[in-house]
Amino acid sequence: MTFFLEVLIGGLLSGVMYSLVALGFVLIYKASGVLNFAQGGMVFFAALTFVGLTEVGLNFWLAMPATLVVMVVLGLATERIVLRPLVNQPQIALFMATIGLAFFIEGLAQMLWGANVRGLELGIQDEPIGWVSDATGINVSKFDLVAAGIAAALVTSLALFFSRTRIGRALRAVADDHQAALAVGIPLQQIWAIVWGVAGFVALVAGLLWGARNGVQFALTFVALKALPVLILGGFESIPGAIVGGLIIGASEKVAEVYLGPLVGGGIEGWFPYVLALLFLLVRPEGLFGEKIIRRI
Amino acid sequence: MFYREAGQFKTSYRDDSAIFPIRQDRIAIVAIALVAFVVVPAVASPYVFSGILIPFLILALAALGLNILTGYAGQLSLGTAAFMAVGAFASYNFMLRVPGMPVLLAFVCGGVMAAGVGVLFGLPSLRIRGFYLAVATLAAQFFVVWCLAKVGWFSNYSSSGVITAQPIEILGYRFDQPQSKYLLVLTIVSLLALAAKNLARSNLGRKWMAVRDMDVAAEVIGIRMMHTKLSAFAISSFYCGIAGALYAYAYLGTVEPEAYNLDLSFRILFMIIIGGVGSVLGAFLGSAFITLMPIFLNIGIGFLEHSGLNIPSSITSNLETMVFGALIIFFLIVEPHGLARLWTIGKEKLRLWPFPH
Repeated sequence: MTFFLEVLIGGLLSGVMYSLVALGFVLIYKASGVLNFAQGGMVFFAALTFVGLTEVGLNFWLAMPATLVVMVVLGLATERIVLRPLVNQPQIALFMATIGLAFFIEGLAQMLWGANVRGLELGIQDEPIGWVSDATGINVSKFDLVAAGIAAALVTSLALFFSRTRIGRALRAVADDHQAALAVGIPLQQIWAIVWGVAGFVALVAGLLWGARNGVQFALTFVALKALPVLILGGFESIPGAIVGGLIIGASEKVAEVYLGPLVGGGIEGWFPYVLALLFLLVRPEGLFGEKIIRRI
Repeated sequence: MFYREAGQFKTSYRDDSAIFPIRQDRIAIVAIALVAFVVVPAVASPYVFSGILIPFLILALAALGLNILTGYAGQLSLGTAAFMAVGAFASYNFMLRVPGMPVLLAFVCGGVMAAGVGVLFGLPSLRIRGFYLAVATLAAQFFVVWCLAKVGWFSNYSSSGVITAQPIEILGYRFDQPQSKYLLVLTIVSLLALAAKNLARSNLGRKWMAVRDMDVAAEVIGIRMMHTKLSAFAISSFYCGIAGALYAYAYLGTVEPEAYNLDLSFRILFMIIIGGVGSVLGAFLGSAFITLMPIFLNIGIGFLEHSGLNIPSSITSNLETMVFGALIIFFLIVEPHGLARLWTIGKEKLRLWPFPH
């Protein structure tokens, strides 16, 4: 039982990390209907830029805002150069453009900072919390807990941002209907710029946490592939969906890996989330919190 | 002027519904076939065959398969390479386990197995659509490749996971030279492309397009959704399966799960986007573009190096990735309907030339 709980808690905490990446996808999908495949590339780019800047000699508190500026500029440039000329194109064309963008960003990141694996030290130890293990016998990583805390803070502030502020309301209006939003005088391009900037910030946070945990390397781009099942499980346009989906995927993936993995030869975490999400979609085709689309002729 | 059908009267329904109703098109097709079957084999070098032409044709076939599903039936799929892998491994196992199995029949059986797997992973398309479906097809991609790598029976318990493909032998003739392999691939691809062209004009093809344009409306006018969507998945996967078998047998020479990764799926998706969604010609143009672009990029970078610039190899490979990504974005912005649309515009221009209207 203790072991099961440990696996479950570890899974839930790593699920929070998936949510963090999924959040970047949701933000952009909500505001512009684009499934931004380059989110993984952005996470990688952010982490690599941060590490590169610290290697150049900047300390943590200088490198952080510098990277944030770079990410926001990248987001703005994406909006200006890639998305704006593609307004009104079918969704698949926009999706393809973001795949192209992913290639571009990954190439750019490695050209600027080199391709070798680097460590990233955030000053949080990845070790079990002493008193919890003593009291219950369950090992809970301190790092995972901090990461979960950061993710929770991020989600709360984003949720507040979306529901309470003027810009947030404008964002939701744009998400509902581009044309209607334009008609009531919401500056569409400004809104998109903000969304891409915020997505860049989320990518930076995700990149730092993932980079600190797994090392800053090309494999970071694959976290986007981890986030996709979270997205379809939770629903593309829902921030709570990204969180709940992440928790479900994280927990079930770890539990399945531990209890089901040995029976079938291991390595199942590559596809298990997808199959789980797929089976789930058969019951609820728009995900847990996705908007139910009423289709008319 | 060059492409004017004035004076070509159609006096029967047969003429009217011919696959190439315009005489210039027929001449062009025959000319292209002559070049491909006669001139190219006579002049091309082995490198051109095995490095450019064979992968071009095979990937064009896979793109054709994806185009049936995405371009005609409107179901976005990111799992193309998985269906190719099924085709390759099924062909390998049919040849391994059935004594005296003819190669071509093994390819067809591989295609049929891929079609079965395609239908299985196509079932969710009856419930979910759009990006949800696209992500769901990734399940096929990851699951199939994992399955082929993990279950020893599929790879005949090979320890490395990389199996040498059996030689291609038809009626005692062994296709082991690049030239003969090219001709074999060309024949198969041309026949299947012709079939696809006809399929798109058939009752079934029209149903696919109706579902693509608006599935609710299609259902209302009495098109059976299940039959239409699943047939698109089956036929698309059949094409991909054959392409996968050819990819292993005529191009790589080995059968291995790693060759059919997500990258290959994306490359094939790029092909149909750049070539033109919903067009047989587009699959070929896109495949040519994606196959040739890295080669030209390499030449371009080599040229830069010759001119005195010393670029480390780490930068050139990243530069290649960047230019690839940038070109894709560029093409999408400049011509979202792909190269096939450029060809259509060009034909229109040729028809009017030298007059403005």
